[in-house]
Amino acid sequence: MAHTIEIDKYRKLKKKNTSDYQYIGLLFITPWILGFLIFQLFPLLSSLYYSLTDYNMMKKPSFIGAYNYIQAFTRDKKFQNSLAVTFCYTAISVPLKLMVALGIALLLNMKARFIAFFRTLYYLPSILGASVAVAVLWRFLFTKQGYINSLLALVGITGPDWIGDTHYALFTISLLTVWQFGSSMVLFLAGLKNIPPELYEAARMDGANRIRTFFKITFPMLSPIIFFNLIMQLINGFQDFTPAMLITKGGPANATYLYGMLLYENAFSYFKMGYASALSWILFVIMIAITAILFKSSGTWTHYEDGGRGA
Amino acid sequence: MNKKILRHFNSYLVLLIVGVIMIFPLIWMIFASFKPNNEIFGNVNIFPSKINFDSYVSGWKGHGQLNFGVFLKNSIALVAPTVAFTVLSSTIVAYGFARFRFPFKKLLFSIMISTLILPNAVLIIPRYLLFRDLKWLDTYKTFTMPALFACTPFFIYMLIQFFRSIPFELDESAKIDGCNAFSILVRIMLPLCKPAIISAALFQAIWTWEDFFNSLIYINSVKKFTVSLALRMAMDTSEAANWSSILAMAVVSMLPCVLLFFSAQKYFVEGISTSGLKG
Repeated sequence: MAHTIEIDKYRKLKKKNTSDYQYIGLLFITPWILGFLIFQLFPLLSSLYYSLTDYNMMKKPSFIGAYNYIQAFTRDKKFQNSLAVTFCYTAISVPLKLMVALGIALLLNMKARFIAFFRTLYYLPSILGASVAVAVLWRFLFTKQGYINSLLALVGITGPDWIGDTHYALFTISLLTVWQFGSSMVLFLAGLKNIPPELYEAARMDGANRIRTFFKITFPMLSPIIFFNLIMQLINGFQDFTPAMLITKGGPANATYLYGMLLYENAFSYFKMGYASALSWILFVIMIAITAILFKSSGTWTHYEDGGRGA
Repeated sequence: MNKKILRHFNSYLVLLIVGVIMIFPLIWMIFASFKPNNEIFGNVNIFPSKINFDSYVSGWKGHGQLNFGVFLKNSIALVAPTVAFTVLSSTIVAYGFARFRFPFKKLLFSIMISTLILPNAVLIIPRYLLFRDLKWLDTYKTFTMPALFACTPFFIYMLIQFFRSIPFELDESAKIDGCNAFSILVRIMLPLCKPAIISAALFQAIWTWEDFFNSLIYINSVKKFTVSLALRMAMDTSEAANWSSILAMAVVSMLPCVLLFFSAQKYFVEGISTSGLKG
């Protein structure tokens, strides 16, 4: 065994030294290179250019510098409102979704029967959740005369207008997002299965209770996956707007007017392509900033956990 | 021992309650689609007073000249080539990344990975303008061409992870037997990668089937509408009366996804946990 490993090492070393590139590999990845250049890099750069112009599809774009950006931050009331709504939406839906996903994953992570059945059951909404059909369903369930309020009436509660009331509309939309916790749950479950059982064994020997075990073992061991989920959910959350568009149309009184809707309306209802491009870059920069901050904080946080365990 | 059973019992109870809450909206939807219109709202009974297929008949017929069958056919015409192209291109590209050393590989790989978090919101406007200039708007090329050029890095990454788990010795011995790089891919890799390829195909099929935002922007003429767009149109135009037929068509549009999911759910779960992606 050790012998073959030696040979492998030698072979790898030799390969590196002679640097015999296998150019055929480039041939295989050519579709992606072309796709990246045509459908990703070029659009990215042209969007940056458009964001500095007044392009509106009617006449040729002319360069106006940072005007669009200044306009957004100083004049556009809808811009500030939609940013606030979007922050609120992600602040409600993302933590709630991840907590439910983690909680259920912990419950499912036991050696018992029917686990696969439950996993399938919980995962189904994630598969269907993005569809227009589910948006239709949500609208029907949560209208004033909808089934949810009929149920509440049974126990003597007069349900609110979930979709038409400014206090509840965003929450109703967030609930749809939380309902789709299944894919995060599957990731957590995979992560939980990878935690070595010896750690729990040791914790039990030391007399740690379940809450302590969770915070000292499960949570730190799972933290990379939690972190990854957090980033992906935030990125999705900031762009998300189809449920709001289909269920509430951004209303009532712009209470669910998410940033994506602002972008969509400017681009495809008013055809202000220049301004909408600027809006999309503002969103992009915010997302990069948040991701960067999270990366930074996660570094210290993981380090802290390590130090805590060592002490 | 008793304590252990009790603990499991509590877990099961929670799992069952949450499960019922999770699945209830869908159950309600199926039953409500058989209800007459006046029983859908303000009614606590989930079962219809009598099973009524009218909603399916009228929903299928629709309002204009186009029935729901046209939209279903459109969706299939959009989804099938998109899935085929995605699987083909992603597999080839993933094979290239996973198995060969070539100049700038590290750089190209990190670019590919970073496009995973490139937001669609930034790309959609310039892509719309690009497709307009290419005269692709209102055609399904807006979906199939990016698929042909491996524009969903999620699948490339997923397949790379899978290729990496296949031992290099297989390639080497195939090479000794006289296989070239391409025949290694076709004869050795493809059969071994089948689960990952099926996962990728399933995910892409469902995501494309359900896609609303891209179709909304790229597809304009009603006769090319997919089920998502048709449903949205039905919801917005027939606000007043035809609730049950809208629900019925919503059920019809979901059915292919649900069937795919239940018949192949292990591929979904495996795909998502091996790649560790997509929230």
